[in-house]
Amino acid sequence: MNAQSTIPQDNHSAIPNGSGAAAILSAGVGSFAVALFAIAADKSAFVKDLFVFYKPTGALSGETTVAILLWLAAWVILNWRWRKLNVSLPRVNLIALVLLGLSLLLTFPPVGDLF
Amino acid sequence: MEITTRSLWTLVHGMGFGALYLLACSGAIVLLYLRTSTDGQTHALPGGDRFLGLYLTAMAALAWLTVLSGTYIIYPWYRAAAPAGATNLAPYPRALLLSHPATRQWHLIGMEWKEHVAWFVPIAITMAAFIAIRYARDLRNHPQLRNALYGFVITSLFAAGVAGFFGAMLNKNAPVDGGQTIQLVHGE
Repeated sequence: MNAQSTIPQDNHSAIPNGSGAAAILSAGVGSFAVALFAIAADKSAFVKDLFVFYKPTGALSGETTVAILLWLAAWVILNWRWRKLNVSLPRVNLIALVLLGLSLLLTFPPVGDLF
Repeated sequence: MEITTRSLWTLVHGMGFGALYLLACSGAIVLLYLRTSTDGQTHALPGGDRFLGLYLTAMAALAWLTVLSGTYIIYPWYRAAAPAGATNLAPYPRALLLSHPATRQWHLIGMEWKEHVAWFVPIAITMAAFIAIRYARDLRNHPQLRNALYGFVITSLFAAGVAGFFGAMLNKNAPVDGGQTIQLVHGE
């Protein structure tokens, strides 16, 4: 993705949109990670066992903890790279919202069970 | 009038943190519109940009409290395994739901969706709070950032709604109950 180009669409702004774009894209990545780990744990007993960080809560504890760590790591890295740039926000928004939409869909059990 | 500790926690989780979050969502959408509208009339409100950031931060705190209390306090009580041969499944809500064909889907669809979809809410609203604080007044100059904020806040409303609806229905069909009894009002 050519995200580092200067985009003139957000005119008259003092603050580059890179920090915001990093937050948006990483939120999409974090949500998608929750869905992906939920499916992985549902399909594989090995993965399910790996995700049991706190026994009373079961695999949900690991699925969400790892997804949250991934989200925060993606946020820190993207923010560090983009904070001084104006990036292509329509593309970032589209990717983030598609990831969020897919996450909603994939966590819905009748859809998640198709895999 | 009395309540058990597990019922009280369920109440705090659902009616306290969760319901308050749902109520706050409509306020967030209106605030976002008012603060980021290009209509000059709304710009004059003093401290409004700071208030939007504080409001979304409070919502993020509520969202985190909701998912953490749900995942680490209530869910273990819900999913506790019933001992072999147990005939009274009331203290084991998950087992109780799965024991009847009429209630199985409340767990298989309701809880399975709720336990994951709820985690999108704190992610989305934490991001929204960060952007509102980082950009404050300058958010008006970033229409694409505003669009993303609307998208994520509305999706968080939907996800919280799904979690809240299934939470209420699950608790109606198989209440999380037990623990110490707290006397709220003594009878005559």
